[in-house]
Amino acid sequence: MTHTPATASKTDPNILISFDGVSKWFDNFQALRDINLLVKQGERVVVCGPSGSGKSTMIRCVNQLETHQRGVIHVCGREVYGNMKELEKVRREVGMVFQSFNLFPHMSILENVTLAPVRNIKLSRGEANEIALHYLERVQIADQADKFPSQLSGGQQQRVAIARALAMKPRVMLFDEPTSALDPEMINEVLDVMTELADEGMTMMVVTHEMGFAREVADRVVFMDEGRVEENCSKDEFFTGGRGERAQIFLSKILQH
Amino acid sequence: MRQIHHEIPFLAKLLGVASVRHPRDPASAQIARSLWQITQAIILFAVIAWLIHAGAAAMEYRWQWYRVGPFFYRIIDGEFIPGPLIKGIIVTLKLAAISSVLSILIGALTAIGRLSNSIAGRAIATTYLEIIRNTPLLVQLFMFYFVLAPIFGIDRFWAGVLCLAAFEGSFAAEIIRGGIQAVERGQYEAGDATGLSKFDKYRYVIIPQALPLILPPLTGLLISLIKHSAIVSVIAVAELTTEGLNLISDTYMAFEIWFIVAGMYLVLTTSLSVLVNILEVKMNRAR
Ligand SMILES: Nc1ncnc2c1ncn2[C@@H]1O[C@H](COP(=O)(O)OP(=O)(O)O)[C@@H](O)[C@H]1O
Ligand SMILES: [Mg+2]
Repeated sequence: MTHTPATASKTDPNILISFDGVSKWFDNFQALRDINLLVKQGERVVVCGPSGSGKSTMIRCVNQLETHQRGVIHVCGREVYGNMKELEKVRREVGMVFQSFNLFPHMSILENVTLAPVRNIKLSRGEANEIALHYLERVQIADQADKFPSQLSGGQQQRVAIARALAMKPRVMLFDEPTSALDPEMINEVLDVMTELADEGMTMMVVTHEMGFAREVADRVVFMDEGRVEENCSKDEFFTGGRGERAQIFLSKILQH
Repeated sequence: MRQIHHEIPFLAKLLGVASVRHPRDPASAQIARSLWQITQAIILFAVIAWLIHAGAAAMEYRWQWYRVGPFFYRIIDGEFIPGPLIKGIIVTLKLAAISSVLSILIGALTAIGRLSNSIAGRAIATTYLEIIRNTPLLVQLFMFYFVLAPIFGIDRFWAGVLCLAAFEGSFAAEIIRGGIQAVERGQYEAGDATGLSKFDKYRYVIIPQALPLILPPLTGLLISLIKHSAIVSVIAVAELTTEGLNLISDTYMAFEIWFIVAGMYLVLTTSLSVLVNILEVKMNRAR
């Protein structure tokens, strides 16, 4: 009997994300080609690959910021497709951190973090503030709670964005190049927060070119090229040579920096 | 001696002559420039006034400014009796106020329709916009007055209100849609990614960021609605322009009355613009 990822994720509660034969087109351009992928509870998956290879598109399909046209995606036991109510439930279990932070510029830091808990799970202001301050403390930025995003540095803003995502107590965190827009001296403060999160057992899918982070934190590395998953192997395998030629070239380019 | 020294730069500034002590003082240069511009304007207005005066004299127009007072108001036995011009401008204000509110409503609904996923919503909004944009306002007014008014039993005032609201609503719709679409895509995505419902996303994330983009052009539109409202004189709604027309047919004082009517529109719209500007500055400062 064949066991496709889709059926597995329905029955196995330990599988939080599954892609089963997923393809996506932008008009005539195919951005994802037959993606198959599983992310288990507690796993840290780093996604890398050349620019334009479909990393963002793939990770954004998880919470349906992009819709796929073929195949099946399950997240936390639910199929994501179409139905808005179902999708909202999935999105509340999936936190996302963007390259450009995307904080709400008209709200204070505290309001940025409390908005979703107050609106989505109808927490009282007091409860929401308490949770928000807890997470802001965890990313070491609670003292800036009353400021506005424009008053913070890029690194601080990205840590707020992480706190905002955590405030919904997600089961999975998605990161799409969270340090690519940062000045070099701010990269580590964000990576440190992410490493801490990983140490606490958070399930994470991280698109990044930070190979140091991948080495330290990842359980598995996914290498993408031209819309395909070219490699999907354990970190050790990936870094010690179990990789194909394209990954080899990519890695040598990246590590030159 | 000391005092004179003190006076000279000030005088120089006033006259737009570069001061001796600060030959390149940017402030005095600016004052000089604005004084020159004011002078230009005064000369221009004087020329126009003279042309009108000379033209009127050539056609032997008899100015009767002394008669215009009662057109505004009379006081009889200590009682204030509004004249046709005051009555007219009150109707104009009422007309403009009601159609402003309606046009914002229509504009908001149309913008929502155009941005929605609903095919029916988009089709209705687009049809409305195309009809309003591609037919003359005058024809729209006749449609409202001669076709819709008798069918739905509405009077000429409300026919005028609804026609203006429909017309300005189409512009309001585009202003509102433009403002909403100008909000960065990342903001929509952050709203979606945090699991906000569509309503909450717009209510708490998108609209507050779109409003500062929408309000200035929208208030401009509503102020110009006051001017556009003159067109309903065609269906004899008793607003300012209609009252002016009536007065002229009674008194033949066409020049005086048209100047006064135009002046009243001018004062009304410029003072509203100034008011809006002050409010805007205050709002920006409060932020
Ligand atoms: N909204 C879009 N419309 C059209 N093409 C897109 C869009 N988003 C991404 N693409 C294309 O899809 C491909 C994959 O993009 P992306 O997933 O952003 O790559 P990566 O994140 O790996 O750099 C690229 O060729 C990109 O040009
Ligand atoms: Mg990308």
